[in-house]
Amino acid sequence: MTGLAGVSGVSAFPEPAAAGSGDVPAVEVLSAEKTYPNGTRALLPVDLTVRQGEFVTLLGPSGCGKSTLLKMVAGLLAPSDGRILLWRKPVAQAEASGHRLSFVFQEATLMPWARVAANVRLPLDLAGVPRAEADERVHEALQMVGLDKFAGNLPRELSGGMQMRVSIARGLVTHPTLLLMDEPFGALDEITRYRLDSDLLELWQRKKLTVIFVTHSIFEAVYLSTRVVVMAARPGRMVDELRIDEPFPRGAAFRVSTVFSGYARQLQDSLQRASGSPADEALA
Amino acid sequence: MSASAAPAAPVAPAAPAAPIAPAAPSTAAPLLARPAVQRVFWPLLVAVLLLGLWQGLVVVFKLPVFLVPSPLRVAEVMVTDAGLLFGALFVTLKITLLAFFCATLLGVAIAFAFVQSRVVEIALFPYAVLLQVTPIVAIAPLIIIWVKDPTASLVICATLVALFPIIANTTLGLRSVNPGLMSYFKLNRATRWQTLVRLRIPSALPYFFGGLRISSGLALIGAVVAEFVAGTGGTGTGLAYQILQAGYQLNIPRMFAALILITVTGVLLFALMAMLSNWALGSWHESEQHHE
Repeated sequence: MTGLAGVSGVSAFPEPAAAGSGDVPAVEVLSAEKTYPNGTRALLPVDLTVRQGEFVTLLGPSGCGKSTLLKMVAGLLAPSDGRILLWRKPVAQAEASGHRLSFVFQEATLMPWARVAANVRLPLDLAGVPRAEADERVHEALQMVGLDKFAGNLPRELSGGMQMRVSIARGLVTHPTLLLMDEPFGALDEITRYRLDSDLLELWQRKKLTVIFVTHSIFEAVYLSTRVVVMAARPGRMVDELRIDEPFPRGAAFRVSTVFSGYARQLQDSLQRASGSPADEALA
Repeated sequence: MSASAAPAAPVAPAAPAAPIAPAAPSTAAPLLARPAVQRVFWPLLVAVLLLGLWQGLVVVFKLPVFLVPSPLRVAEVMVTDAGLLFGALFVTLKITLLAFFCATLLGVAIAFAFVQSRVVEIALFPYAVLLQVTPIVAIAPLIIIWVKDPTASLVICATLVALFPIIANTTLGLRSVNPGLMSYFKLNRATRWQTLVRLRIPSALPYFFGGLRISSGLALIGAVVAEFVAGTGGTGTGLAYQILQAGYQLNIPRMFAALILITVTGVLLFALMAMLSNWALGSWHESEQHHE
């Protein structure tokens, strides 16, 4: 874990350079905003710093710009003004710092014609990682999400939850330090979602990841995060921040504790205040 | 458990006989219930009924053979003139397959060019449409005059007819990429080539095979139409030529036989393309999943 970014030229994806650069923030959003050419203000200027190892959730109703913000951090969208730095470098050059980010979409976005193993191997194939090394990594990543027995299956043979796991494995196979997740479990049933939530937390702890997670579920936000960023719509903006100072691992009991509902209440109030309408709408 | 099972056996002395009676319907029913069998059985039944009706009408109304030959008469000619007809079929089939092959190759190449550059597509697409809407009978005489080799001229005509669906479908397919996957490739800094090979081409396959199915039939139609236009001045051996000749000689049964050969060939080509599509996409694409 003492390996620093200096040796990054050896492999396409070096092991995350962790301890040494601990005080460099993983993500700095500096007054970044997004206005579309037609004048739609998707996101008013946002300032946000995410330190390494944090689990930050962007919580808000549809149209609050949470996905826009996440896509700007990933470099999929360019901010119309302001800057975004990853490990103190512009997004496009972030990988020079020896770090890597992975993006997990709302849908599993798997290639329907490729088997699970080939889907997970995709980012390694695109980067030209030798086949033997890639296969080893794929096996490891599939083990992490508990799908190593399904390497030879096609995506359509798996359930929605399993497809999402494959998508997460594809995100982890490159050994990222920063994981960006855009409502990854939004389309899943509640029971599956709970399981994937706790699996994700375990991975986050074990791999010492930094995670930015987008959701519109207050309960998911409280359960997962070390910090929740509350956003509001029309125009999309950041309105509040709430630190969830609860120890990990968080078991199922945490979900039904009074502390948990206390946090949920606070977030609900915050959302309500921002939208000026009953908070039930934000929950829907 | 064994105690209760034991008395059951002697109670039914007819036991060995019993399974035989229900066995016959129980094996017959699932066979007909199978989708694969159904897809052959029901169309075949319709064919038999229609042929029976045809035969019946011809016999009952005593229709002369030079107006409407009976199916049996046509079958007879199919056997007696087999050498002539199947020789002609071979010629037509050769032109069809050559044209189909050229159309596929050319169509895919043009589709790739279209997808690589919007300008190329905008500039050339109207001409692809122009090619499609120009009746082949109108330009076939020109091509036959310009191109000395009769086979080559017929192949060109048939290729022109079969080309458009492949261009249109493949272009559409190469563009119909899941936007999420496209973003994922972009995020991983995939090169143009990687995106083409790993994403665009696999995504285009279902559309491409759809194009193949349409074009296989069109190649045959194109070949037959071109032969008709070329007439006695052409190679003079294909099925269309046989139909023309039979028409002049009022040999209506042979005309029907040639017509049937053309139709059957078209159906077989279509089936072959369907099989190819199923083989290539069966495991993953929705269009090839047969839900019960």
